[in-house]
Amino acid sequence: MSNPYAQISRDGLWSNNIVFAQVLALCPTLAVTGTATNGLGMGLATTAVLVMTGLLISLLRNVITPQVRIPAFIIVIAMVVTLVEMALNAWVHELYKVLGLFIPLIVTNCAILGRAEAYASKENGARAAFDGLMMGIGFTLALVVLGAVREILGSGTLFANASLLLGPAFKHLELVIIPDYRGFLLMILPPGGFLVLGFLMAAKRIIERRRGRSGAIEAGCSPAAHGA
Amino acid sequence: MSSRTVISGPYAHEKASVRRSMTLVMLALAPATAFSFYLFAWPAIFLFLLIAAAVLAFEAASLAIAGKPVRIFLTDGSALLTGWLLAMSLPPSAPWWIGLAGAAIAIIVGKQIFGGLGQNIFNPAMVARVALLISFPLEMTSYVEPTPLFSNLAPHFGDSLAAFFGLGGHVDAVSGASILGHIKTELGRGASLSEALAGQSGLGALGLGQVTGSLGETSAALLALGGIFLIAMRVISWRIPVAMLATLAAMASLFNFLGPDHYPNAAIHLLSGASILGAFFIATDPVTSPVSPRGQLLFGMGCGALVFIIRTWAGYPEGMAFAILLMNAATPLIDRYVRPRIFGHGAKKSGAASK
Repeated sequence: MSNPYAQISRDGLWSNNIVFAQVLALCPTLAVTGTATNGLGMGLATTAVLVMTGLLISLLRNVITPQVRIPAFIIVIAMVVTLVEMALNAWVHELYKVLGLFIPLIVTNCAILGRAEAYASKENGARAAFDGLMMGIGFTLALVVLGAVREILGSGTLFANASLLLGPAFKHLELVIIPDYRGFLLMILPPGGFLVLGFLMAAKRIIERRRGRSGAIEAGCSPAAHGA
Repeated sequence: MSSRTVISGPYAHEKASVRRSMTLVMLALAPATAFSFYLFAWPAIFLFLLIAAAVLAFEAASLAIAGKPVRIFLTDGSALLTGWLLAMSLPPSAPWWIGLAGAAIAIIVGKQIFGGLGQNIFNPAMVARVALLISFPLEMTSYVEPTPLFSNLAPHFGDSLAAFFGLGGHVDAVSGASILGHIKTELGRGASLSEALAGQSGLGALGLGQVTGSLGETSAALLALGGIFLIAMRVISWRIPVAMLATLAAMASLFNFLGPDHYPNAAIHLLSGASILGAFFIATDPVTSPVSPRGQLLFGMGCGALVFIIRTWAGYPEGMAFAILLMNAATPLIDRYVRPRIFGHGAKKSGAASK
């Protein structure tokens, strides 16, 4: 690739997507995507953490010795997550109440440690931060798509409570897709998360096969599923 | 080197095939199904026909997407049997979209996602029933009392069709609880068992099937007859149904003996709910049950115990589908640890047949 930033973008958004290709961070992915809004909130919080940890760890990479790098990374991540949690609590308190439990758990989100270990600790600050941004946006998109499918099938709405997250101006985002819908409870419950995730991953593979570049994906980074 | 063609084994052929097994199972189900149609009249027949058409359509579509030969797999009867069992496990008055959603879940999620016939871990019909029960608790537990075909009670064809598709047709029906549901509710209110059973159908009606319930929860006698036919035809082994019903009966008897006022006796457990249907037709699914004889006994005992436990202490009055799915999940483990002794290996006196 001529332009490293184009490559980073492509990796983060599609070919090495945290959820659909790396299959990391399954716990938050499945836990909060009952609605698209929750997915968006979780995705944005994680993106903020990814960008800041990417930058910080890249800047500290010559100071941190390899022997203690894992605890050092975790301390940096924990610090950033604490900042994000406080910010959410202060400015989007309603969403914080919904996502509350999962925000501190971003520390244990293995995708963040994964990016620190695999990318930020080896590259310069700009690239590491950009990688964090793209990985985060890819993660956010995955969560929003997953949440949207589950929300439409499960309760017939889309972006319910979006105004809590984005402010009253975004009230028009809150759609009722299927009026008088009885609700397909299974989709909101955890099994629905697994089912929709599986179908979306299959869809991604089909798209890649159509494009005839599935071979390149196989060679890419795809650690086994050990989502925290 | 001889130039003659070497004919490789197998030299003897069994005439068993997937299609033959499936046909025999459907044949065994037919009397009980026909009787249920008679009892619940047009709504049940529409539900059955819709599910049958839907499973075939979903199966054909899934096979086509997966690039498999559609005709061979579609005509082996496995999809139709899945749909049949699903229809038997639904309330006869269920609306059309319940049937359609159930068929989609059974075929696409329960079966084809795993790779089609023979690859699924869980019984597809039970996957669909449980998914529907969790998602639509109201529709899945609204039972009507039998309104036999050709009787004055029976809803008319046109009305039933309109009501089935939600077009406003009105069907007179008396809603009621299945006997297990009734017992659970009454015991939950603090009533004693004898009070709960007062005014309920007797054991004779339970056995013959003139009771409220799913299509396959009605005629225990006809279902048992079908099951015995399957055992006689060697389509299924006796081990799973016998182990399952015996365990259920033993646990029911034990608790009935200890607390006659709180635990229904074995006869009620065996004749009500989906005990007979589940034991003979669903738990014996060759894909999702163990292969070894001792494994099958273990599987049956597990199913029977779980049915009793779920019926007695869990939130749902009927636990057959949950019990079978849980034991389906245990099947690979059972198959791994309970292996038949390889001929010539492992002397009997050591007792270590399953190493």
